[in-house]
Amino acid sequence: METVTLSDKQKKSRRGRNIALAVVLAALVVLFYLITLVKIAGETMG
Amino acid sequence: MAIIDHHEAAGDGGDFVLSEATARDYFELLKPRVMSLVVFTAFAGLVLAPGHINPVIGVIAILCIAVGAGASGALNMWYDADIDAVMSRTAKRPIPSGRIRPREALAFGLTLSAFSVAILGLAVNWLSAGLLAFTIFFYAVIYTMWLKRSTPQNIVIGGAAGAFPPMIGWACVTGGVSVESIVLFLITFLWTPAHFWALALFKMKDYADVGVPMLPNVAGEKTTKHQIMVYAVLTAIISVVPSCLGFASLGYGIFAAAMGAFFVWYSIGVLRMPEGDRAMVPAKKLFAYSIFYLFAIFAGLMIDHALIAAGWSL
Repeated sequence: METVTLSDKQKKSRRGRNIALAVVLAALVVLFYLITLVKIAGETMG
Repeated sequence: MAIIDHHEAAGDGGDFVLSEATARDYFELLKPRVMSLVVFTAFAGLVLAPGHINPVIGVIAILCIAVGAGASGALNMWYDADIDAVMSRTAKRPIPSGRIRPREALAFGLTLSAFSVAILGLAVNWLSAGLLAFTIFFYAVIYTMWLKRSTPQNIVIGGAAGAFPPMIGWACVTGGVSVESIVLFLITFLWTPAHFWALALFKMKDYADVGVPMLPNVAGEKTTKHQIMVYAVLTAIISVVPSCLGFASLGYGIFAAAMGAFFVWYSIGVLRMPEGDRAMVPAKKLFAYSIFYLFAIFAGLMIDHALIAAGWSL
């Protein structure tokens, strides 16, 4: 196993990418929740 | 500190490379300016279509169409990185400038394509998802990989990719394709050549440097100017058709005719431009006006639709 020390710029950009990915994943959760609500409401109300 | 795989560590050129790409760089891969046009025209299709769509589902549909369009932009940047590096207009894009590696852009584009199509299919309907998938395929494969480097008619046929969004928006509401949605498709389809060839005229040298057979480089300025004129007239005519077919009012028809007259007028300016003109001011003016024109036409259609619904239309 080999390791490497990241530069400050690499650390900062990696952190930014991770945050963006977390936001996208959270948005997907909300998105699927909303789709489910709308579909269930549509079915229930005929 | 990061744990690395030895084979992965040996970067593209044999040197160790760790990504310094930011989230903004990835966003840039989506061609946000093109995406704004796609969002706007898709929204127009959604608004103009007869019937009702749940507002939440409508927002999700627009989001999926936007992400799908962005994904095709990322795939385009992945494939065209070699020529983007040479052209002044595109040299600062994330791949040629070295901020994102090509395979990262490819993975990004493919992932977003799959997600946008699947979510649109699950949330809205599979016809609109199929149209979105075809649009991505058309732009990334038919236009970018095939037509762009092989024929001066590249953007005429390739323009279809940019014209599909209002049709997709329409399909999201109605679940089908109709004459009206084909007219919305034709407005952008016929507008694209005049818009893009105006740009190609004042970026001729760039395209010549990379060997992309744009019409001005292959057929010359004179032929390009004539073809711009033809497509401007066709665009002006098709933009009035919604009134003739009865899905827009006479008021919109008058507005579209006036906007179209200006479009043709700017094209005449390009037609009169001297051969070999370096500044190419009329071509730049036409390019700028063409963007305003398309936004105005689709905005006009939506405003007209709202006025008709409120009973205020001509």
